[in-house]
Amino acid sequence: MSQSFDEITAQLKHRHRRTARLKWLSMGALALAATFLVVFISDMLVKGLPAFQQAQIQVEVTYSEQSQQMPPAAVNEDVRRLVSRGFLRTLPMSMRDNPDLMGTTRLEWVLADSAVDQYLKGHHTRLKDDQRAVVDDLLAKGQVALKFNTRFFTAGDSKMPELAGIASAAIGTIMTMIVTMLVCFPIGVMTALYLEEFAPDNWLTQVIEININNLAAVPSILFGLLGLAIYINFFGVPRSTPLVGGLTLALMTLPVIIIATRTALRSVPDTIRQAAFGVGCSRWQVVRDHVLPLSFPGILTGSIIGLAQAMGETAPLIIIGMVAFIPDVSASFSDAATVMPAQIFTWAGEPDRAFTEKTAGGILVLLAVLISLNATAVWMRKKFERRW
Amino acid sequence: MLNEQIATRGTESWRPFIEPALKPAPPAAQGKPVDTNEEAGHELSIRVRDLNLWYGANQALKNVNIDVYQHNVTALIGPSGCGKSTFLRCLNRMNDLIRSVRIKGLVEMDGRDVNDPRMDEIALRRRVGMVFQKPNPFPKSIYENIAYAPRMHDLVSRKAEQDELVEQALRDAGLWNEVKDKLAEPGTSLSGGQQQRLCIARAIAVKPDVILMDEPTSALDPISTATIEDLMDKLKQQFTIVTVTHNMQQAARVADYTAFFHLGELIEYNDTRMMFSNPHTKKAEDYITGRYG
Repeated sequence: MSQSFDEITAQLKHRHRRTARLKWLSMGALALAATFLVVFISDMLVKGLPAFQQAQIQVEVTYSEQSQQMPPAAVNEDVRRLVSRGFLRTLPMSMRDNPDLMGTTRLEWVLADSAVDQYLKGHHTRLKDDQRAVVDDLLAKGQVALKFNTRFFTAGDSKMPELAGIASAAIGTIMTMIVTMLVCFPIGVMTALYLEEFAPDNWLTQVIEININNLAAVPSILFGLLGLAIYINFFGVPRSTPLVGGLTLALMTLPVIIIATRTALRSVPDTIRQAAFGVGCSRWQVVRDHVLPLSFPGILTGSIIGLAQAMGETAPLIIIGMVAFIPDVSASFSDAATVMPAQIFTWAGEPDRAFTEKTAGGILVLLAVLISLNATAVWMRKKFERRW
Repeated sequence: MLNEQIATRGTESWRPFIEPALKPAPPAAQGKPVDTNEEAGHELSIRVRDLNLWYGANQALKNVNIDVYQHNVTALIGPSGCGKSTFLRCLNRMNDLIRSVRIKGLVEMDGRDVNDPRMDEIALRRRVGMVFQKPNPFPKSIYENIAYAPRMHDLVSRKAEQDELVEQALRDAGLWNEVKDKLAEPGTSLSGGQQQRLCIARAIAVKPDVILMDEPTSALDPISTATIEDLMDKLKQQFTIVTVTHNMQQAARVADYTAFFHLGELIEYNDTRMMFSNPHTKKAEDYITGRYG
C-alpha cells in the first residue's frame, strides 16, 4: 500500500523546516559579518578621514635677523602658541634657502598647532580659554581653516601630530615587500614546481608537505624570532632594515606561496600534460610551455594574497626592530625603516590625543593599499585566465 | 588451413575449460597473428616479447607477445581493465609517468629496446605519437597546436616551412577546409570531433612512424566517429596505427589485425576478419558474441 501525496507531504514538513532553519542561520551569519565590516569601516572612516585635513592659520611672518636667531619672534605673540612649532623651527632653514625673504613681512598660511587642529575638528583640546577666543576670532575672519593635509602623505613620523605623516612607513613597506617578493616568489614557485611535477611520492616528500602546511599556520611572531636568530644574530644583517624585514616576512609568506602555487599547478588538467608528453616534450618543456602558462593566474593571485598578508604583518617586525621612530624616508635597503602597520602601532601608543586620527588615517591608507592589491589580483586572474 | 581451424574450434567448443592444457602453446604466445591478412603489409614495426607490467603489486600485463606490422591498423579490444590501454602506453613509455609502474620484457622498435635506459623517451615519442581518449588540444590557437611540436623538435626552421607543415598536417587529418579561415582561434573552440582530428593532426605533424590511439572516438558522436574511422583508414598509408577500442564494430571496420586482451593476458591475436568471423579461442568468441564484457 503506497502512501498518498498528503501523507508524504506531512512527513516532509519538518525536513523543509530544517532546510529553512539552516538557510536563516547562514543568512544571519552573513548579516552579522556584514554588520561588523560596516561598523568597522565606518568607524575607521569617521575617525580617520579628519586626518586627511589639517588646520592652517594665516599669520604675518616677519623675516628678520631676529627671527633667524629666535624663530618664535617671527609671528605675533597672540598667535605664537597657535602656530606649529614645527613651522617655526623650519623658518631659519627656509630663510637660508631663500635669501630674498630677509627683511620682508608676509601674510602667509602656515601650519597650525595640533591643539588648534583638534579644536576646529571638535575634539578634545589643550587650548586655554583665551586661546580659544583668539581662534574663534580668526575663524570668524576666515584666517584659520582646515585644508587638505599633504604632509600626511609626504612626511615621515614626528612627535608633533601636525607634522606626522605616513610616507616613510609607506616607502619602508614598499622596500620590505620588494625584498619579500624577490626572495619568496622564485623560491616558493620553484619549490612548488619540484614538489608537484618532479618529486617522487615517498615519505620524505610527505614529511616536507606536512611541514609546509604546518608552517603556514605558525604564529607569525615566531618567524620574527627566527629572523632575529638567523639573519641578525647569525648572518649579521643590520636590524630594523627593509632587508631583514623583507627576509623575515619572506619566511612567513613562503608556505603561503608554495601552497597557492601547488594548488594552481594541480588545477591544470592532466590531459594537457599527457598531450604535451605525447608530442615529445621534456619535463621542462611541459612545465614551461603548458603547465606554467595555465597556472600563472593562480600563482599570481596566491602570491599577491600572500604579499598582502605580509604587508599587514606587525608582530615579527617588532622582534627585529622595525617598529621604530623613523622621521625620514629611508634611502637604501640597509637603512633603518618602518612599515605601515608598525607605524599605525606606534601612533596608537602615542599619548597625544591628536594621534588617534593619525592612527585611523594610517589604517585607511593601509586598507586602501590592501584592497587595491587584492583588486589587482582579481584583475590579473581575469586577464591571464585561459579556458581549456 | 581453414579446415584445420574448424577442426580445432570443434574440439574447443565441447571442451572449453581444459583448452590451454590441450594446446602446446596458444598462438598469441609467439606474438604472431594466428592468421595473416593477405592484403596487409607484414613489415615489422614493433615487436613485443614477454611483456609484464605491475602497478605496485598488481600485475596488469602478463607475458604479452605481439608483432605490430607497419602500415596497418592494429586494434586492441577487451573488457574494461583488461590491460589494453596499459599495453598501448607501453609502446611510447607513457607509463613512465605513473610512479608505481614496473615493467619487464621486451618492446622492440627499429632493433632497439624502448625500455633500455639508453633509449630517450623523447626520441621514442617523436617516432611514436599518441592520440588520447578525450580530445585534449593545447589551450592555444589551432595553428599553434600543430606548429608547437615540430618547432620544438627543430623540424622547421622558417616560418613558411612551418605554415606549410601546419597546412599539410591539417589536410592529412581532414580538417584543413574546416579551419583554414580560423587558424588563430583557440583549438578548444572546435567541436569534439574536430578537436580530436586536431589532436591527430598534432600527432602526425612531427612525422612519427607509429600513432597510438587510446579509444579515440569514445567521447564522440557517431558522425564524428565515422569521420575519424575513415581518417584512420587513410592514415595507415603513411603511418602504423595501434588503436584501443571498446567498440567491436569499430575494430571490425578499421583494423587489419585485432588483439583480444583479457585480465592482462593477450588471449588471441588474429587477422580482424578471422577474429570476428572465426575466433580461435573460446574467450574471444564469448566476448565478441557479447557474452561478457
